[in-house]
Amino acid sequence: MKVKLTDAPEGLQGQGFFATSLSKAVGLARSHSIWPLPFATSCCGIEFMATMAATYDLARFGSERLSFSPRQADLLMVMGTIAKKMGPVLKQVYIQMAEPKWVIAVGACASSGGIFDTYSVLQGIDKVIPVDVYVPGCPPPPEAILDGIIKIQELIKNEPLRRRESEEYKSLLASYGIE
Amino acid sequence: MQQQVTDSLTIDYIAIFIQFIVAAGFVITTIAVTHWLGPKRKSAKKLQSFECGLDSIGNARLPFSVKYFLVAILFVLFDVEVIFFYPWAVNFHELGESGFVKMLVFVVPLLLGYFYIIKKGALKWE
Repeated sequence: MKVKLTDAPEGLQGQGFFATSLSKAVGLARSHSIWPLPFATSCCGIEFMATMAATYDLARFGSERLSFSPRQADLLMVMGTIAKKMGPVLKQVYIQMAEPKWVIAVGACASSGGIFDTYSVLQGIDKVIPVDVYVPGCPPPPEAILDGIIKIQELIKNEPLRRRESEEYKSLLASYGIE
Repeated sequence: MQQQVTDSLTIDYIAIFIQFIVAAGFVITTIAVTHWLGPKRKSAKKLQSFECGLDSIGNARLPFSVKYFLVAILFVLFDVEVIFFYPWAVNFHELGESGFVKMLVFVVPLLLGYFYIIKKGALKWE
């Protein structure tokens, strides 16, 4: 079996050397060592279990290790309906995650409230925390969740190292009331 | 002559010393550098103790009744005693009389201890 390694980032190549920018090297390493925090509240969580299991095997993407403590996680995977009472809890978990961090909203409920257009349900988690990737579906199949993870990996690969210090990012956090 | 022997000993072990220094140095350097280089954000909410996203209430280190400890430790003691009974029960016939005597030697001191704690009232909850 031929093992396919990850592609090298753009860079300068010559006899016996390869040079690239630090942010690309760091991005490459980060994108293949995501530690997700599964925040599963309903059926999308079941799809996520299938994604983690043998057939789809999320571990292939470097995410073998799920973290149930936000301290060690850098990808928050919100899967399922988030009630308005759950909103502050979700926000607190997001705040307490390690830097830098990303968020993926899996399924219609996490992305937009889904079919629960009602007084008690948060109409999308982007009302309380910034979201990087939305995965549509009710619930999305494991392939769709994997596609979302690959999109997150692309984001991580191409993120400049100084993005989190930029005024744009700071104002984004400030708009959510996060220090 | 004596001097030569100690000299060569020191030289022999220098490689191991260097290995220890490299091993410890690598660990210390990695930990220090990751703390120094890693991005951080320190806000009051982030540094709060993690309680599954809920606000923590009160102190986790509250005093509680010593009776819990006493019952727990006695449970561990007699639990282990019962575990020893199992292999004895399985081999009861093979071990025969000598096995029975050996088990008595093990059980009788514990039984004396049991009577002692009953008499002391260690298991009285009220």
